[in-house]
Amino acid sequence: MELGPYLVLATLEGAITAAVLALTAVGLSLVFGVMRVVNIAHGEFFMLGAVLAWWIAQSVAGHPAIGFALALIFAPLLVGALAVAADMTILKRLNYDPERTIVATIGLLYIIQQLTLMGYGPDARPVEAPFNTRLAIPWFERGAEGWQMIWPWGLGTTTYKLAVIGAAAMILCAVWALMTRSRIGLVMRATQADREMALAFGIPVERVYALVFGFGAALAALAAVLIVPIQQAHYLMGGDPLLLSFIVVIIGGLGSLPGTVLAAVLIGLSDGIISVFFSPTLAKIIATLLVALVLVFRPQGLFGGRRT
Amino acid sequence: MLRLDKVSAGYGRAQVLHDLSLEVTAGEIICLLGRNGAGKSTTMRAIMGHLPLMSGKIWLDDTELSALPPHNVPRAGVGYVPQGRRLFAELSVAQNLEIGLRARGNGPEVREDVLTLFPRLRERLGQKAQTLSGGEQQMLAMARALCLRPDVLLLDEPTEGLQPSMIAAIREVITGLRDTGVAVLLVEQRIDAVLDIANRVAFIENGKGGPIMSAEALRADRSAVERYVGV
Repeated sequence: MELGPYLVLATLEGAITAAVLALTAVGLSLVFGVMRVVNIAHGEFFMLGAVLAWWIAQSVAGHPAIGFALALIFAPLLVGALAVAADMTILKRLNYDPERTIVATIGLLYIIQQLTLMGYGPDARPVEAPFNTRLAIPWFERGAEGWQMIWPWGLGTTTYKLAVIGAAAMILCAVWALMTRSRIGLVMRATQADREMALAFGIPVERVYALVFGFGAALAALAAVLIVPIQQAHYLMGGDPLLLSFIVVIIGGLGSLPGTVLAAVLIGLSDGIISVFFSPTLAKIIATLLVALVLVFRPQGLFGGRRT
Repeated sequence: MLRLDKVSAGYGRAQVLHDLSLEVTAGEIICLLGRNGAGKSTTMRAIMGHLPLMSGKIWLDDTELSALPPHNVPRAGVGYVPQGRRLFAELSVAQNLEIGLRARGNGPEVREDVLTLFPRLRERLGQKAQTLSGGEQQMLAMARALCLRPDVLLLDEPTEGLQPSMIAAIREVITGLRDTGVAVLLVEQRIDAVLDIANRVAFIENGKGGPIMSAEALRADRSAVERYVGV
């Protein structure tokens, strides 16, 4: 295959990474933005989403779409409920102290990971996609008789991969609408702006925190359910999404949703393209270098405001 | 009536308020005066439940405010305009007012009343709070608190850094509130800014309550001002 079609293929793979990464990182960004909690266990909520999706899908007989649809509903709900419980039993007791919650979420990371290993085992397991029709992508080439449409071997995608990109875009739009157009979004933004003044205006801040922590975890789990028919569920799969989410949130600006989405698209696309043309390791090195540059030249991130 | 009964509070182990007692009755403006660091703002924060009390109790009529979780203090009827305004800067003027309204489930008629008091805000409803001028921000901070339709209003240096015309407008609003039966606890550094609107003045020194005098008595004898405020 020539460079052009190869680049299209890499861009498509990058777009899927970007879509899933944006969902995961928006969850992390919300939790940091509203609660000022750096949630090191965020990747494990992603992993739990994938593992629960496998468990739900393999428990349901019939067409794979049924199991997948149930996983899409119940895996984020269960993971969200677990996160709410973790908030109320651990983070609340630490009074949401930024340093102590980092240590607590590191502990949570290992507890979730090891419990999953004990219950689910060390194997990577697939979840069947609800639909997976292969789509060939045409390419245009100039030959002796002018421009011609050709179908290069290997240049194609699947309906499911396109659906992942579309679903992630829709969910992100819904999150944006929730934050900017709804009453609960207003309450979350007021809490994010000034915790003490939110209390002074009757906002039950601790309940808002529990909700945000659960919602952030549910978004990570939702991203995992979408990706698990493409990447298998495994108890160690939370590491990469966590690292990439941190990279995205730092580049985009801590707590900024538009910044997070833009950075996810940048990092996701570059990760996809560099991984296809060179190596996944080089993609991670470049992303980490980008974070270093942002921290040096624009510490508040691309869209983040300076905190007072 | 707001009543502080031998309240002690502070930050961590550092005690700032020592057995402070104070009463603010409905339809009264009482000014809390003292030097920097005397504990005026700490008193406000203790009433709002933002600082845990070491001892003592705070009452609003028959409700013990100090036994409520902090988010229920405004719901009980206490409005707060903090020092430095502390608006929700990224939210619009309308959204700041909405936050004030929802605390006690007040509707659009309360918002209309408040916008009648501060007509300039009506022109700025869609504007982000952080883009307002200093005077407009102070108006918004007061308007947001009034959206609660509070029984008690705590004002922490509401005229700080404002031009004289704005100060006059805010004083007019405060006296208007007093006349409708709201109890106002006002913290000010500048005695002359409040002496003609306050009913009583309570002095505070090193977190301890000093004398409480009527404004008339203080106008006649300013020695207490010199002692507790140093001017």
